[in-house]
Amino acid sequence: MSIPTEASVRDEVRAWLVENWSPELGLAEWRRRLIESGWGCPSWPTAWFGRGLPPALAAAAEDEMRLAGAVGVAQFGVRMLVAATLLEHGTDEQKRRLLPRLLTGEDTWCQLFSEPGSGSDLAGVSTRAAEDAEGWTVTGQKVWTTSAQHAHYGILLARTDWDLPKHRGLSFFVLPMHQAGVEVRPLRQMNGYSSFNEVFISGAHIGREGLVGKLGEGWKVALTTLAHERRLADSMRNWGRLQLGAGRIYEELKTEHAAVMEPYKWYAQRAGRADLLIERAQRSGRIEDAVVRQDIARALMIERASEWTAARARGARANGQPPGPEGSLGKLAASNVARAAARAHASISGAESMLAGEDGPEQGLIAEILVSVPACSIAGGTDEIQRNIIAERVLGLPREPGGDAEMPFRDVRRNSSGSR
Amino acid sequence: MQFAFTEEQHQYRDIVARFCREQSPSTRVRAQMASEAGFDRELWKQLCGDLGMSGVHVPEALGGHGYGAVELGIASEEMGRVNFCGPYFSSCVLASYALLNGATPRQQAEWLPQLCSGAVIASLALAETGGSWHPGTVTATAVERDGHWRIDGIKSYVLDGHVADLFIVAARRPGSQGLEGLSLFAVPATARGLSAHPLKTIDTTRRLSRVEFNGVQASLLGEAETAAAGLLRTLDQATIALASEMVGGAQALLDSTVAYAKLRVQFGRVIGSFQAIKHRLADLLLELEFARSAAYRACELAAEDPLPLREAAAMAKALASDAFMLAAREAVQLHGGIGFTWEHDTHLYFKRAQGSSVLLGSAAEHRDRYVLSLAARAAGDRL
Ligand SMILES: Cc1cc2nc3c(=O)[nH]c(=O)nc-3n(C[C@H](O)[C@H](O)[C@H](O)COP(=O)(O)OP(=O)(O)OC[C@H]3O[C@@H](n4cnc5c(N)ncnc54)[C@H](O)[C@@H]3O)c2cc1C
Repeated sequence: MSIPTEASVRDEVRAWLVENWSPELGLAEWRRRLIESGWGCPSWPTAWFGRGLPPALAAAAEDEMRLAGAVGVAQFGVRMLVAATLLEHGTDEQKRRLLPRLLTGEDTWCQLFSEPGSGSDLAGVSTRAAEDAEGWTVTGQKVWTTSAQHAHYGILLARTDWDLPKHRGLSFFVLPMHQAGVEVRPLRQMNGYSSFNEVFISGAHIGREGLVGKLGEGWKVALTTLAHERRLADSMRNWGRLQLGAGRIYEELKTEHAAVMEPYKWYAQRAGRADLLIERAQRSGRIEDAVVRQDIARALMIERASEWTAARARGARANGQPPGPEGSLGKLAASNVARAAARAHASISGAESMLAGEDGPEQGLIAEILVSVPACSIAGGTDEIQRNIIAERVLGLPREPGGDAEMPFRDVRRNSSGSR
Repeated sequence: MQFAFTEEQHQYRDIVARFCREQSPSTRVRAQMASEAGFDRELWKQLCGDLGMSGVHVPEALGGHGYGAVELGIASEEMGRVNFCGPYFSSCVLASYALLNGATPRQQAEWLPQLCSGAVIASLALAETGGSWHPGTVTATAVERDGHWRIDGIKSYVLDGHVADLFIVAARRPGSQGLEGLSLFAVPATARGLSAHPLKTIDTTRRLSRVEFNGVQASLLGEAETAAAGLLRTLDQATIALASEMVGGAQALLDSTVAYAKLRVQFGRVIGSFQAIKHRLADLLLELEFARSAAYRACELAAEDPLPLREAAAMAKALASDAFMLAAREAVQLHGGIGFTWEHDTHLYFKRAQGSSVLLGSAAEHRDRYVLSLAARAAGDRL
């Protein structure tokens, strides 16, 4: 077989689309075709619903899909983090059973990592998974769990051994959410939405097939999830957008959107909406103000620079060179962009930026930006934690001395239960 | 390929970097700083000769290497990393670009090979005492009488004016305004009525002069009164090279500061284990990588149309200015007392940063140009 080139990939996708794509297909049926053909996730391994293409060629394939107006596999939410984690650590049975419905969108997932007592210090989770004859019984509480109210499954980090140091007593599970013993209570956020939830787990059951990776090696598995979470942080701003078109499939997309996209409606806003700045400044005449222009420039320059920084990392990878520091900066960069964009929006709006809803600029969109941006630097690992990671892994600076890493977890000082 | 260097470009970087490291250690930089000329002619010959760095972006037919702006960016960055002394930016970048963008082919063939060989050091005399590099602010005048042009006016912030053999001078028809009526001239430093006065600079690795022209006879470059577009292009292209140089300087500061933070012990631990320091260095790395991405991309865009070129240059310079200054402040601070000494090399970079951050326009000026250009394009797009 000849080595695929961008042109050959594009030809192949186009030919395949002619045979297979129709906007009159059902959404799940179409996505199943995508999954079987490997064109839904072209960068995934050929053995697992992909075509094993390098990033640049996978991007070309996705581009052809877009040009044809074809709908893609379900990508929003924590799906792609779950998928990446299962591809790396899951059993063949897990991949076969879980990945297809994840990609068709039939199953929705959530991430049961953070707890009231441990967020940044994720290895300090104290949700308990006790082994029994059929598998594990889980007890504990998770929090800030986005989309838990819709989820069929959660990826769960829980403690299976309390006598080992904190990183070594953890295991990684897939928890079926629809069962007695799992109770989801929505929490209201500062922007008024209720995307994240508390999840109370009392005696929930996980069968043998639910363990991902080896028992006691949950931390290693979770690190994979976290690495992908940092990497994908910037793509979240596209989740809220609905793809429009005429035909049955687009109607079903609309239904899917209404049913499960609710938690992500503000995600574009939390990234700062730098894309609106110039147009708003011109329309309002504020572009005449040199101080406003400075704020706009600060936001747009770092937005573009952070895109280019990501492109450099991709370029290096495509040339077979290891990416330098530019590969690790995306999440912190995204927070900086969001903050700068929010500041520029406020600067453009002046006194009007006090107003919200239909009284506020852009029918309340600007207010939504201003009160959503703070999520960026907390969710998925805070800015402070990103700085630690960059300082330690990229610059090679030593870790802060911590007293708890080697002692048995049961002796580690923790937040008293229920405090937060 | 976009956003990635080719194998040849990596090799070129290695060659330039080795030359800079070996030939321009800080002991030699300090000796040059203290000298009257401010640079070492032997070193300059080497740079122009075997290495051909002087003409890296100039076509081969004109005595150059025939590479492009990406290679010029690489050379500039590596020179910035060691605070290279010499009329590189003035002669090989600014003046060469001015000739490439503003002179006739015949004039280019006359001058560029000499600039590339290092036989002639040229400098662009554009800015005046007002301190703006925008061609619209030029007040020096040029008048033609009996087929001879004569220039009157005072130029300032002229790079390496104290050693230049040739000045490329921007002057306008008396009474003209803004970008109208501007012409470009070549004036040998020995011309009657020309006097160059070295200025005291904070950064003694890069010298500036005030150059006065009193009825100085000059030869016209290109066509009369059409110099504005070429000058704007020259400034944008040179700004990109300068931003690349600044990225190199900022990287050197980050490297030395990180290395020091891993060595220096206080309170029983290396200071690099204190989060107050780790976080600042992580933030500095982020700003530096933003500046680097902007500079690298701008080098790729250096041959583009005026607006994309202007935006790329403005962005590269604004981000490089802020990153280099941040690196300079943090480097002094995180070194503590030793960072404030003459002995320690940090101040060489600090001063280069201070100077470069306003040379060819401050970060704020470039931010403004950037937004105005984007706005102009957006307005055009909507017409
Ligand atoms: C919108 C949103 C959605 C979320 N969705 C999910 C989800 O779906 N699933 C999930 O599991 N979690 C989710 N989270 C939780 C998120 O991952 C945590 O909030 C985050 O990791 C911080 O943990 P914490 O809230 O416990 O704060 P803490 O860890 O208590 O941090 C408090 C402050 O202390 C700082 N801090 C902590 N440790 C250090 C340190 N070592 N050095 C310096 N500073 C430090 C932090 O940066 C922060 O400023 C979500 C959060 C938000 C805001």
